[in-house]
Amino acid sequence: MSKLLEIRDLSIRFDDTIQAVDQLSLSIDNGETVALVGESGSGKSVSALSILRLLDERHASYPSGAILFQGENMLKASQKRLRQIRGRHVSMIFQEPMTSLNPLHTVEKQISETLALHKGLRGPQARDRCVELLELVGIPSPEERLTSYPHQLSGGQKQRVMIAMALANEPDLLIADEPTTALDVTVQKQVLELLKDLQHKLGMAILLITHDLSIVRRYADHVVVMEQGQLIEEAPTAQLFEAPQHAYTRRLLDAEPPASPSGIMVDNRSLLDVSNLDVRFVTRKSLLGRPQSWFQAVDDVSFSLSEGETLGIVGESGSGKTTIGHALLKLTSSRGSIRLSGEELGALDQKQFRPWRSRIQIVFQDPFGSLSPRMSVAEIVREGLEIHVPATPEEQDRRVIQALTDVGLDPQARHRYPHEFSGGQRQRIAIARALVLQPELIILDEPTSALDRTVQKQVINLLRDLQDKYGLSYVFISHDLAVVRALSHKLLVLKNGRVVEYGDAAEIFNTPKHDYTRELLGAALFYSQ
Amino acid sequence: MVTLSPIQQRRLRNFRNNRRGFWSLWIFLALFGLSLIAEVIANDVPLVAYYKGDVYFPIVESVPEETFGGFLPTEADYRDSFIADEIEANGWMIWPPIRFSYNTTNYNLEVPSPAPPSAENWIGTDDQGRDVAARVIYGFRISVLFGLVLTILSCIVGVVVGAIQGYYGGKVDLLGQRFIEVWSGLPVLYLLIILSSIVQPNFWWLLGIMLLFSWMGLVDVVRAEFLRARNFEYVKAARALGLGNRKIMFRHILPNAMVATLTFLPFILTGAITGLTSLDFLGFGLPSGSPSLGELIAQGKSNLHAPWLGISAFVSLSIMLTLLVFVGEAVRDAFDPRKN
Repeated sequence: MSKLLEIRDLSIRFDDTIQAVDQLSLSIDNGETVALVGESGSGKSVSALSILRLLDERHASYPSGAILFQGENMLKASQKRLRQIRGRHVSMIFQEPMTSLNPLHTVEKQISETLALHKGLRGPQARDRCVELLELVGIPSPEERLTSYPHQLSGGQKQRVMIAMALANEPDLLIADEPTTALDVTVQKQVLELLKDLQHKLGMAILLITHDLSIVRRYADHVVVMEQGQLIEEAPTAQLFEAPQHAYTRRLLDAEPPASPSGIMVDNRSLLDVSNLDVRFVTRKSLLGRPQSWFQAVDDVSFSLSEGETLGIVGESGSGKTTIGHALLKLTSSRGSIRLSGEELGALDQKQFRPWRSRIQIVFQDPFGSLSPRMSVAEIVREGLEIHVPATPEEQDRRVIQALTDVGLDPQARHRYPHEFSGGQRQRIAIARALVLQPELIILDEPTSALDRTVQKQVINLLRDLQDKYGLSYVFISHDLAVVRALSHKLLVLKNGRVVEYGDAAEIFNTPKHDYTRELLGAALFYSQ
Repeated sequence: MVTLSPIQQRRLRNFRNNRRGFWSLWIFLALFGLSLIAEVIANDVPLVAYYKGDVYFPIVESVPEETFGGFLPTEADYRDSFIADEIEANGWMIWPPIRFSYNTTNYNLEVPSPAPPSAENWIGTDDQGRDVAARVIYGFRISVLFGLVLTILSCIVGVVVGAIQGYYGGKVDLLGQRFIEVWSGLPVLYLLIILSSIVQPNFWWLLGIMLLFSWMGLVDVVRAEFLRARNFEYVKAARALGLGNRKIMFRHILPNAMVATLTFLPFILTGAITGLTSLDFLGFGLPSGSPSLGELIAQGKSNLHAPWLGISAFVSLSIMLTLLVFVGEAVRDAFDPRKN
């Protein structure tokens, strides 16, 4: 029996210089799920896009190889033939549901477009099929949803609509490019279960592209591991997880964060006390500019933190975790009491607060966005010193070098620019920028969620080492419970701006009291069991 | 030591790769450089005069006519055949290639002015007997200088206003935008005509009046860039470090806005030059007698039987503007992130 899709010795180049994919071979059988795994830049998305020839061919070229779909070489197919295959025999789901749907068209229009194109369905027929599809992907009251626009749907619903569009013509192969990376954990689980369920119903094959091995273990039949454009290892899932052959695969598998934080010294004095923190954003104003309605982003949140301790703040997107971090730094205005080492900061204005900024620092999520692209690393790290620490240039330089050494970077690197560094290295620079001021408290706003698993583990270890060395306190904001568990001594679970559960982290992880916490933990730790 | 970051090196390479723009820049710079020393190229006094054992530099010093055997204590008129013959008889003179300044009237014309091109007046004279070639060179210089000063000043004002609006947003932005809308609705030309009846416009007056209206071009671009960048994480990080607003704007956001600004620059420059030219053409520009391309066009229009007037004004203007547009395109290409 011939394979559904067979890729033979495929190489892809960009601009004749960058070798993105090198001699890749893989095959997919009917009804099978193959996972394509690798870190960012390993060429997995490029390979997937090449199957439908969706790469920009002004830049991309295929020096060797063949992509055989049901025996037909896609690399030789005409544009017309490709259009027939796209969306009909092979469909794709993309990572970002927010931008994959056209914001100006209703759900019905977007789904029925592909129906009209490939099946000639129009009018009531198409509408019936749309309802059927929306039902299939589990969207409640599908008739009403037909007239909705994408912005009226939640992230998970948008991804479901994307899946409905992809499945509209019952394709033989579904390419899912990181289908759940942008979603909250609870939604992620639902979407993946849905895909698995639909695969059984429709008998299609899935090419699942992901960097998350815990998903792979549960859903894939076969795993292909890629590194730097090359196939490293290929094996049935069970075999790969039991006995990984290649060192790189072992490293990927080994990259799960450790299960518990480092121990803390007892009887530490309290550092941060927050009580009744409120943040609201005005959503509507009267004609005279008087606020009429608010969005309560953070509602009556209280917590405390001792020296050398980490507080994990978890919750889904929109739960107000980041807003709390910004409120602590006075990047958004808030009400309530914030006490640092017993001194009240809540009422200070920006100018009065400025001296305190050296004691509270922040590390942001996106290591590419948080470093000024036109400043060298030394300038970036030194900037805070110029404001808070009057010192000679030599002394400043010494402290910059010290901070870079602390985060495990070569001090020689300080004369280079951020774009010359990888994501993990950039996050180290961001940590060095916070560290150079010798703060007592660092707010970590999803510092690891933009990083690959192996790099994530390194950054977590670095944060733990720094905490041990300097007795730092962290407020660790994340949606990734595995990472939170590795660092946090205390845990604060947020939902819609309110505290759902607050207390000792180990206790909450072991015996969650609230339903929502249980749901969150269940979804997050679902795959690792 | 000046080291270029890789991104700047790439931009420089992109700029060089646009052969047309690259050469246009050099040709323009050469022309501009030549026009800066216009006094040496087109002047009604010799560069050096040697008379009875003494060396004089009439181009930089005022030598009374008495020195050369004349009767008047005022500056010598070297074009006068009496003085010229006297000096030539007792020494020598080195003349610039064009023996006319922009305001020198040629009284030795054999035909009524405007005179057609001849060996003496390479591209003829205008209707007051002044050499067109000399006027084009001086006119080119004043146009470019006016354009450059106006461009630089309106850039500074535009960037500052755009930066403040974009960075602070909210009410500041709202009021600023409404003000700009009203302000840009004012008819510039009428205002200039009214003003020119009150004051005698000179270079600086015109610059000031045109600056009142030309700064708005950049505000929108810079404002958009600041609106976007003020929510970048590295700007937030800078605020978390305790940086003041001014430093954040200057150090962290302005470099982003500079790309848009630089891309616009050559086009603002051409706009400023054509602005001055059209005012001169209408007669509301520089005071009468100053060398100006716009005035030359006006002369060409009223002396259609003397085509060298219109043609030389047209050719010099179009060469200048074309060169600038080519440079502008190359700059735009160089800053285009999609090119490599």
